[in-house]
Amino acid sequence: MIPIEINGRRQNIDLPGETPLLWTLRDELGLTGTKFGCGMALCGACTVHLDGQAVRSCLTPISAAANKKVVTIEAVGNAPVGKALQAAWVDLGVPQCGYCQAGQIMSAAALLARNANPTDAQIDQAMSGNICRCGTYTRIRAAIKQAAKQGGTR
Amino acid sequence: MSAPVDRTTHPGAEASIGRSLIIANVSRRRFLQGVSAFGGLVLAVGYPSAIRAEEAKKYGADGMPNGWTDNPLAFVSIAEDGTVTIVCHRSEMGQGIRTGMPMIVADELEADWKRVRVAQAPGDEKKFGNQDTDGSRSTRHFFEPMRRCGAAARTMLEAAAAERWKVPVSEVEAQNHEVVHRPSGRRLGYGALAKAAASQPVPARDTLRLKDPKKFRYIGKGNLKLVDGRDIVTGKAQYGIDTRLPGMLYAVVARPPVYGGKVASFDPAEALKVPGVQKVVQIEDSPPPAHFNPVGGVAVIGRNTWAAMQGRQALKITWDDGPNASYDSVAFKASLEESARKPGKVVRNDGDFAAAAAGAPRRLDAEYYVPHLAHATMEAPAAAARIMNGKCEVWGPFQSPQATRDLVAKRLGMSADDVTVHVTLLGGGFGRKSKPDYGIEAAVLSKAMDGKPVKVTWTRDDDLHHGYYHTVSVEHLEAGVDGQGKPVAWLHRTVAPTIISTFNPEAKNEAPFELGMGVINVPFAIPNVRIENPEAIAHTRIGWFRSVSNIPHAFAVQSFVAELAAAAGRDPKDFLLEVIGPARQVSPELLGDTWNHGESPERYPVDTGRLRRVAEVAAREAGWGKKLPKGRGLGIAAHYSFVSYIAAVVEVAVDDKGVLTVPRVDMAVDCGACVNPDRVRAQMEGAAVMGVALATLGEISFKGGRVEQDNFNGYQVTRINEAPRDIRVHIIPGDFSKPMGGVGEPGVPPIPPALCNAIFAATGKRIRRLPIRDQLKA
Repeated sequence: MIPIEINGRRQNIDLPGETPLLWTLRDELGLTGTKFGCGMALCGACTVHLDGQAVRSCLTPISAAANKKVVTIEAVGNAPVGKALQAAWVDLGVPQCGYCQAGQIMSAAALLARNANPTDAQIDQAMSGNICRCGTYTRIRAAIKQAAKQGGTR
Repeated sequence: MSAPVDRTTHPGAEASIGRSLIIANVSRRRFLQGVSAFGGLVLAVGYPSAIRAEEAKKYGADGMPNGWTDNPLAFVSIAEDGTVTIVCHRSEMGQGIRTGMPMIVADELEADWKRVRVAQAPGDEKKFGNQDTDGSRSTRHFFEPMRRCGAAARTMLEAAAAERWKVPVSEVEAQNHEVVHRPSGRRLGYGALAKAAASQPVPARDTLRLKDPKKFRYIGKGNLKLVDGRDIVTGKAQYGIDTRLPGMLYAVVARPPVYGGKVASFDPAEALKVPGVQKVVQIEDSPPPAHFNPVGGVAVIGRNTWAAMQGRQALKITWDDGPNASYDSVAFKASLEESARKPGKVVRNDGDFAAAAAGAPRRLDAEYYVPHLAHATMEAPAAAARIMNGKCEVWGPFQSPQATRDLVAKRLGMSADDVTVHVTLLGGGFGRKSKPDYGIEAAVLSKAMDGKPVKVTWTRDDDLHHGYYHTVSVEHLEAGVDGQGKPVAWLHRTVAPTIISTFNPEAKNEAPFELGMGVINVPFAIPNVRIENPEAIAHTRIGWFRSVSNIPHAFAVQSFVAELAAAAGRDPKDFLLEVIGPARQVSPELLGDTWNHGESPERYPVDTGRLRRVAEVAAREAGWGKKLPKGRGLGIAAHYSFVSYIAAVVEVAVDDKGVLTVPRVDMAVDCGACVNPDRVRAQMEGAAVMGVALATLGEISFKGGRVEQDNFNGYQVTRINEAPRDIRVHIIPGDFSKPMGGVGEPGVPPIPPALCNAIFAATGKRIRRLPIRDQLKA
């Protein structure tokens, strides 16, 4: 049994410790908002927060999450930064197919949590691990800035 | 540990329609159903209309399998609480069709968008008309039928209100989700009228009053957010890969690494020892032609995807590779070049190229190469299926749900009536998900597990190794130019394995629908034009990739025009306009294009005035001619495809180390009137990024018959730091009474040549082989 706090709820996971967090979330816990894209931490679709840090859940074994706090796209909106990002994403019509956007928002939320007002270069650096095949990058950048602005005036 | 959540799939189309179907089946009118009665499975699954040449010519939606319908009873239902449910029968893959299509119905229906719900249609073309979401066709084929659906339902509500009030129907009018009696000011909401409206006859098509476009509330306004936006950003949106069913098992498949190969022998023992693995099942191979069939292999089924993946790794399989084991991209490129340097099948011949070229003071030639590409949708193929009581249900991200249904039925030996295909959101499509091989795999595996629900998930290497790839091509161009450098003779030899080879291995020439993508239907003012198509043999599955053959054709044609401009010492934009010639309407038939994107040549002539205009607008908006610092340059390209006209001006910066960045892209688009202008912009933005991705990085290559790229490290795509920083889309205003053009695909083709033309302007280096990768670093 591996104890993990997932979206504020303590779960005891009965799976081999090397099982990736991604498949535990998706297949065993039904939290399908976290997406599979590459399985090698190359695309960022599976990004979640582990004790506040953005990590790629496809390469994070559940043993590494033991006694830690995991936040996924399903709960990131409980925090003001996540909520502001989700609102900006909807407002600016960022998503096309939308599949990568959970990972994009999770990376953006981790960025804004440590840097409330990132520059373009900082956004590029933080977001370059997240692939969007539909090509929504200009709107992603605009939405992060809009959310940051709202964060600043709150 | 909590129990698995059973959230089967996103809004269960059939269930929700059935529940709220208050406007019921009381039609007095015979709805024009799909009129294309093409026999045979191949045709029924969206085989290109071009090869149905012997059939009576039908155009637009009439020419598609199962045509169209404008039956409001199929698309609209109103619940007694006033909730209007509108069915979207086209697949959502990022183009915004689940917003756009219902928006058309809602506008004519005078529905309040806040009270509209969207339900996704299952695969059922007899009921909904053609559902093949490809060819950039949804809006131009269904704008009018969807308007009539909305108008018919509105008329039924008005008639019900008039009856209730015992007043002439001419005195009532639907306004924003209620019907108003003008003289008395009485009002009744749609919910209150729903039941009575259901017993009204469906009005005849020719009696419908369609709105004056000036009175549109939503169409063309860009005032609505995406239907699925909120679900997407909160993780609730359901893609095929997210399907969960009670008792579901998880599968991954080891497939033959070479096209046409098969399992020689396998040993499941080690796989079965992996914790969580339940069964190992062989999937029968399907020898070429591939069609939409699974390629076969060995499936590992377990309690979760990870267990299945671990089990697959432990399988011991000996493959019989078959004849394509020698497929090698380096050698194949050389063979294509050899073919391109010799005459081939003549597919267009105006004037006398040979004589005119011989008499020209100067001759130029160039060859361009575009490799195989993979769609690499962020959601790799995935599907789930279960079989119960003799009926099969499939869930997945399908661009062609009816084909999925027919092929699953055929594979299982069932009637299509006993197969239901639920269409989830697509995590990207780009043409890959027109081929439902993964849906058939799910059904086969469910059958092997006695009907238990099974979900098959493709990993990224599965996706890259077993694609339906964009073809690989060499384009050979020659021109004879006059004293001013203007072309008087033009030869274009295009050599590429055809998509038809996926259905007929004997096919070695490009089909009319491939030639009609920017090689024969180039409307240049050049008197002597010869287009040839030497043969090429396919050694892998070739398929439709967003904008298809337009990619290599536009890359070659628009690069070559810029090369001729440079040779003439002319401004590339002015020269391009001169080559296009004066504004005129050219019959596609005159250009030898019998296909014309499936559209009527009368309704959709090639309009050089529109092509000129987008080039002029893109150039003007980009500040064409502006002074740029060293290492910067502008490039232009204009291309007609999917009956839309699009030009791009790309600005590049190349530093002294050869590092390329794209500060800005300006795109001018003339697709006729726009239902949802913001999504037109979004599609252009995405096309700019995809165009840059394929031009700079995209390449699938084969060695020993096997794809060499395994994941996003080998098959690279553009990331945020490499993407164009500023993309400006300039929409040419359209008229709703005129024919519409496509949007999803036509933004891609002008990007690679505009990019390479900009690189030439910035550096003097001409790129003729894609991807660019490190060619600037030499």
